[in-house]
Amino acid sequence: METLDPRIKRLSLETSTEVEKTNSHLITYEVFHQEKRGKHVTHVGIVHASNPEMALVMAKEVFGRRGKTTNLWVVKTSDVYTFSSEDEEMFETTPEKTFRDPAYYKVRDRIEKFQNKNKV
Amino acid sequence: MYGSTNLSEEDAKRMNSTVEDPEKLEAFESRIARGEKIEPQDWMPIEYRKQLIRMIEQHAHSEIVGALPEGTWITRAPNFRRKLALIAKVQDEIGHGQLLYSAAETLGKTREEMLNDLLNGKSKYSNVFNYPAKTWADIAVIGFLVDGAAIVNQVINSKGSYGPYCRALERICYEESFHLKQGHDNVVYLATGTKHQRAILQDAINRWYVPLLHFFGPPDKLSAHSEKLMKWKVKLASNDDMRNQFLDQYVPKIWELDITFPDPNLKKNNDGIWEFSDPDWNEFKRVINGAGPCNAERIAVRKFAEEAGRWVRAALMNPTEKYVAPLA
Repeated sequence: METLDPRIKRLSLETSTEVEKTNSHLITYEVFHQEKRGKHVTHVGIVHASNPEMALVMAKEVFGRRGKTTNLWVVKTSDVYTFSSEDEEMFETTPEKTFRDPAYYKVRDRIEKFQNKNKV
Repeated sequence: MYGSTNLSEEDAKRMNSTVEDPEKLEAFESRIARGEKIEPQDWMPIEYRKQLIRMIEQHAHSEIVGALPEGTWITRAPNFRRKLALIAKVQDEIGHGQLLYSAAETLGKTREEMLNDLLNGKSKYSNVFNYPAKTWADIAVIGFLVDGAAIVNQVINSKGSYGPYCRALERICYEESFHLKQGHDNVVYLATGTKHQRAILQDAINRWYVPLLHFFGPPDKLSAHSEKLMKWKVKLASNDDMRNQFLDQYVPKIWELDITFPDPNLKKNNDGIWEFSDPDWNEFKRVINGAGPCNAERIAVRKFAEEAGRWVRAALMNPTEKYVAPLA
């Protein structure tokens, strides 16, 4: 059938069958989004770019298209240092350390006992 | 792990084997059974990795190619308000492609490899984007029913086990809800408009009915569905279940406009299951494998963009930068 795509009508396409080599491509930047002034800046995804300025432009297009945005940060993926996922267990004992929770400290019983003793 | 590529040398070697460490496999499966998400740096079976790459990549291609039939109508939108909405929608679809390529990339296949495989025909995309958008009513039907079908699929898949894919899908579904609403608005305007408007809408529905049934894939009795993929939460609902959910949500919304579907057998049974004439599954196979009405045109446009933009990418390339796979 005759094409409906104006891009095809407008342009005479090259007939080359060469396909781009895969060993040269843009690096990725991790994108962080801040919704409101005063809120945390949180990771939302990545973009491909050749430099940080372009990464910000791409990030604005992909992650700033809906709702509110105060700011976006971009960080080269290779500059992000993380623990190995196998080290996850090192955080396991944190919830057990209840002496760090305010709810751990209960003194009402002791106060009441003390007051009852003084009444006698 | 410092700035890792997510596919370690060891994993790369494993890519061609099917033997898995039983202890690691068990830990992996019980993690999924507990409802935990799998993240890029975690151990995962090779088949899980391969299936997800294939699935997310196809989904990404569908977003990019899917923008092409709609793009043809930007210059011919009937008014400025519709034009603005259509431009925004097409831009969204490309953005969704970016999100999905990124998610697939965390599994170890680069975006360039995926784009190359789209051009050389190695990887597929959804059947529905190989049909032409002949009139403005096609844009209305695509916006409402094709996006509606895609949302059914995406909402279900967003409950899957692979973290980056789920996060991308959540964002996509949120944005797609606008596509659906503007598509419905567009359909309703045509259906409640002039005789001619109703006629082009009916014609568009007649042409899109079978491709929409095809969209969810072959019936369960014909498709080799894998228990393993269900257990790994790569696949979360059967093709028939998704198709039924789609019909249930959308058929009444077309019928209430006094527009029909070209199938006398289409009806809902008392048990809530929709009945319909079995569409021609050979056509589905032909279209998926490249012989649909617009396959060649879609790839030609994509190829033109790839070639015409090559000098820009080459100029931007900084050869001292070392590529690592994205983290999440």
